[in-house]
Amino acid sequence: MNAEARPAVRPHRNLVGGLSAMKAVFARDLRVAFRQRQDLLNPLLFFVMVVTLFPLGVSPEVSFLREAGAGILWVAALLSVLLSLDHLFRHDFDDGTLEQLVLQPQPLFLLVLAKTLAHWVLTGLPLVLLAPVLGVMVHLEGNSIWVLCLTLLVGTPVLSLIGSIGAALTLGLRSAGVLLSLLIIPLYIPVLIFGTGTVAAAAEGAAVGGYLALLGAFLMLALTLAPFAASAALKISLSNA
Amino acid sequence: MWQFFHKLGSPKWFFGIANRLMPWLLAGALILLLAGLVWGLLFAPKDYLQGNSYRIIFIHVPSAFLAQSVYIMMAVAAVVTLVWRMKLADVFVKAVAPVGLLLTFLALFTGAVWGKPTWGTWWIWDARLTSMLILLFLYGGVIALGRAISDEKSAARSVAVLVLVGVVNIPIIKYSVEWWNTLHQPATFKLTEKPSMPAEMWVPLLLSVLGLYLLFGWLACLRMKTEILAREQRTRWVKDYIQAGRA
Repeated sequence: MNAEARPAVRPHRNLVGGLSAMKAVFARDLRVAFRQRQDLLNPLLFFVMVVTLFPLGVSPEVSFLREAGAGILWVAALLSVLLSLDHLFRHDFDDGTLEQLVLQPQPLFLLVLAKTLAHWVLTGLPLVLLAPVLGVMVHLEGNSIWVLCLTLLVGTPVLSLIGSIGAALTLGLRSAGVLLSLLIIPLYIPVLIFGTGTVAAAAEGAAVGGYLALLGAFLMLALTLAPFAASAALKISLSNA
Repeated sequence: MWQFFHKLGSPKWFFGIANRLMPWLLAGALILLLAGLVWGLLFAPKDYLQGNSYRIIFIHVPSAFLAQSVYIMMAVAAVVTLVWRMKLADVFVKAVAPVGLLLTFLALFTGAVWGKPTWGTWWIWDARLTSMLILLFLYGGVIALGRAISDEKSAARSVAVLVLVGVVNIPIIKYSVEWWNTLHQPATFKLTEKPSMPAEMWVPLLLSVLGLYLLFGWLACLRMKTEILAREQRTRWVKDYIQAGRA
């Protein structure tokens, strides 16, 4: 890891408001990520590979794939978000940037929110953009693909937000990766159920508005509560180190 | 009032109280459980629909009931840990999490045994069953996180955050049978309505629920005492206590 290649968080004057601090953190995280492009590609490759495993491992039948496709894509997306979560705070924790963030005069939950949004833009959003291609590969029909993308678009930010809590809690622990999955998967299950439920309803020609509204409610709930929990967890983990 | 509150935070004071309370809790638990189970399993009338197989309700419902309320108690203790930094609250969470895990497992297991004759299957991906399974995972996560962090204080607070995050699952379990129209039957007891079963059925059920609560209380005291002894092993009163026990 080349520490010098990673831009520092620029020191702010005290007067800088929460919003511009968020913007600065967000922009910095994107810049750091684009200097290590391989890290960006890995979750995407993982996503495609997991999806590939199902036709090979279970059945390549069109009828099976059409029925299970949405679920397969959702599970694969969930796993690849989970895989990338460990990076969310790890590098900043290792090189001390995180302590500087905690010391900023701006509220920590705003900065955590900015970091989580950056994480979503870097991992969740590419998954959403890739989903139509994979949707065709698992023989989803026209309308289902778009509904699937829509559910992923609303659902993956929830995954990032809930995941940020787990990443903050397991920071600095030795077996963090496995523990992180252990803590977070139970919390992901409702999102998965409603995400795939929406596509199933769309495939049957039923109305999907209610399902999407519930996913949106999850997003709102996670958006308002998760950054607080994650920043509390971060402070605890840092005081431990 | 405040003095009482402060005393409650003192492990030594709790230790004394627990010692005095435990025989009563155990006696009450044994009497109520014995009465409830013997009545329920041997003397309560057969169900008109399910025959004798319904009798597992006298174990299934109390354990499922308690599995959820133990989590809620843990969440309350988690708030106390985060806000007032009270040591005893964390001792409670750490002591009862495995008990909650066991109760959840018991509820799932007895449910499976009950499901086989009535639904014709051991397991089904029904909303109530799935959300109870999630509860099992949550207990597992709480225990795993607590054991992974070596520093006692930050372990306590990290676990408290996780417990609070997981509490969103409780209303999902509670209302799963009403929100989703699935196989599982609705709640047996409601505070606001008269039970739909005859008294010979619900009275023993109520007795076993209360008995299990007392048994849980006893178990919680026992496990908390052990935890306190381990944590306070360097203090004077623990040394005196051990010495007195040996003499």
